[in-house]
Amino acid sequence: MWSFILKRLFSSIFVLFGLSILIFTLTRLVPGDVARLALGPQAPQWAVDAYREKLHLNEPLPVQYWIWITNALHGDLGESVTSRRPVIDDFVQYFPATLELVFFSTIITISLSLIIGAYTGRKANGLADNMFRVLSYFGIAVPAFVWAIISLFLFGFVWKLFPIFGQLDAGIIRPPVVTGMMLIDSVIAGNWTAFVNHLQHIILPSSMLSIARIAQDSKLLRSGMVENLNKDYILAATSYGIPDQRITLRYLLKPSLIPMVSVMGMEIATSIGGSFIIERVFDWPGFGKYGMQAMLMKDVNPIVASVMLIGASCAFFNIIVDVIVAYLDPRIRVMERAT
Amino acid sequence: MKSIGIHLDEYQRESIKKSWSKFSGNYLSVIGLSSVIFVLFVAITSPWIAPYKQSWQPFVDFAHANSPPSWDHLFGTDIYGRDILSRIMYALRYDLLIVVGCLSLDVVPGTILGLLAGYFKGSWLDTVIMRATDIVLAIPAIVLALAIAALLPPTMFNSMMAIASIWWPWYSRLSYGLTTSIRNEYFVQAAELMGENPIRIMFLEILPNFLSPILTKVSLDVGWVILWTSTLSFVGLGVQEPTPALGNMVAAGSRYMPDYWWMAIFPALAIALTIMSFNLLGDGIRDMLAVEEL
Repeated sequence: MWSFILKRLFSSIFVLFGLSILIFTLTRLVPGDVARLALGPQAPQWAVDAYREKLHLNEPLPVQYWIWITNALHGDLGESVTSRRPVIDDFVQYFPATLELVFFSTIITISLSLIIGAYTGRKANGLADNMFRVLSYFGIAVPAFVWAIISLFLFGFVWKLFPIFGQLDAGIIRPPVVTGMMLIDSVIAGNWTAFVNHLQHIILPSSMLSIARIAQDSKLLRSGMVENLNKDYILAATSYGIPDQRITLRYLLKPSLIPMVSVMGMEIATSIGGSFIIERVFDWPGFGKYGMQAMLMKDVNPIVASVMLIGASCAFFNIIVDVIVAYLDPRIRVMERAT
Repeated sequence: MKSIGIHLDEYQRESIKKSWSKFSGNYLSVIGLSSVIFVLFVAITSPWIAPYKQSWQPFVDFAHANSPPSWDHLFGTDIYGRDILSRIMYALRYDLLIVVGCLSLDVVPGTILGLLAGYFKGSWLDTVIMRATDIVLAIPAIVLALAIAALLPPTMFNSMMAIASIWWPWYSRLSYGLTTSIRNEYFVQAAELMGENPIRIMFLEILPNFLSPILTKVSLDVGWVILWTSTLSFVGLGVQEPTPALGNMVAAGSRYMPDYWWMAIFPALAIALTIMSFNLLGDGIRDMLAVEEL
């Protein structure tokens, strides 16, 4: 098991290293002066020159990269022009709010896909199955921001079911920051008004992050169940007279979960990327809104660092998912040991 | 889908008939095909059929600004008095132009890179190309596309470039897999033994065998590319106002959301329906050609 994890770790470090070269080179080879882009057309020339010096833009490219990567490995990702702070401080402040959003959407995704996927898989080609197939078409095809705008209109304005913007209503005392995830923070502080209010705020944006994932995951689970339903061991269990429900829950679900679980890591990373759009629409003060702002302001250091952070979280969640898959499917474990 | 020439023999005519009956057997594919034809028709003829032709330009008509949907303006007007329906028609034109540009910018290089890597499997070329695809695919496409679009000036060509530069690895992977499996066939070995030029073998012997999976992937990807372009222009990194694009119309309209809902909702629905119809058509084509790699 450990050699398996180590192997995955090495390959992701290699990929991350390549990604850092790619994004760093892109930012330096952009037509025009990066420092001028970041500071804007009104900035005086001396300020641009000073910023060029700070980014080491006058050095040759490999030297620039060497300086950047050694600093980055020491936890110094440079400074943001917009927030006038080290990028790493911004990340510490904003990233937990996004993780909270993504984790909440993962909970919604897993619970709904389990129910929909298991039900439609067991009753394949029934009415509900066909209905959900059409719905999942929409779920995958329609961009997240379109869902966000439509849901904002329906749930926020027409039916007024949910609050629309931000994390908390005005006038509610914010719990002190411990983890940065407000649901947990308000529990720690015992501030139940903030907890309930924040829960109402998080439902809409996190559901919008979930729609495409639910569509994809329930489809994967369904096809896994349909495939396994024809296997001999299910026939054997049925002929022993084990009740259908028990077969579904104990014998069918576990192997059918594998395809769904194995895309989960990439999906979590995609959701962090999707938060760039969703947080902008719902005005959620997280990493996505921050990164989007940096991109619109052409602020180089946060752009490079945000791409790297998402790359790193992608690698991290993928390794975790691989471990879970190895647990679910003993064959993978054995094969890894054999090679 | 061998060759649709004028002289079809009995077998070819039969196989086309069979494919068509397979395609039209699924009513979803037929719906997809007809709505794609409709969308293409609107996009191509928009300069002639749009009811308010000046609406795509920087144009103001404050007398009719902010008017809700009515018989004069089916989808209402925006804050400058421009007709939303006409703008959607023009926007389809620009968005589909981006799709065409973007797909031609990444299908060809992506396929050729995969072909090279697959033909010279095990060489340094293989390693470099396939590791590069791993790196580009290591992070969610949307983030890299946003970063590239942000660093370039916001023009139509640059948003094509931003999307094309994240999408080529999928074509490389597909054509790599297909090339490595075809490489060991007898006809390729025979060509090699006869001392044919590797470039000739790659493009004339191997490539024609997997055109149909590649074309199927193209038809499945049209919807995705519309999704990415509209997302880019929604956040302000794509086609800029006053040029209409479906994404920037939604963004502009969402600022006046509860009161002037039609400004955002109609372009949003147009995006959803356009992507849906291309996806239905793509799925229909995949089922018809029975392409299993995708």
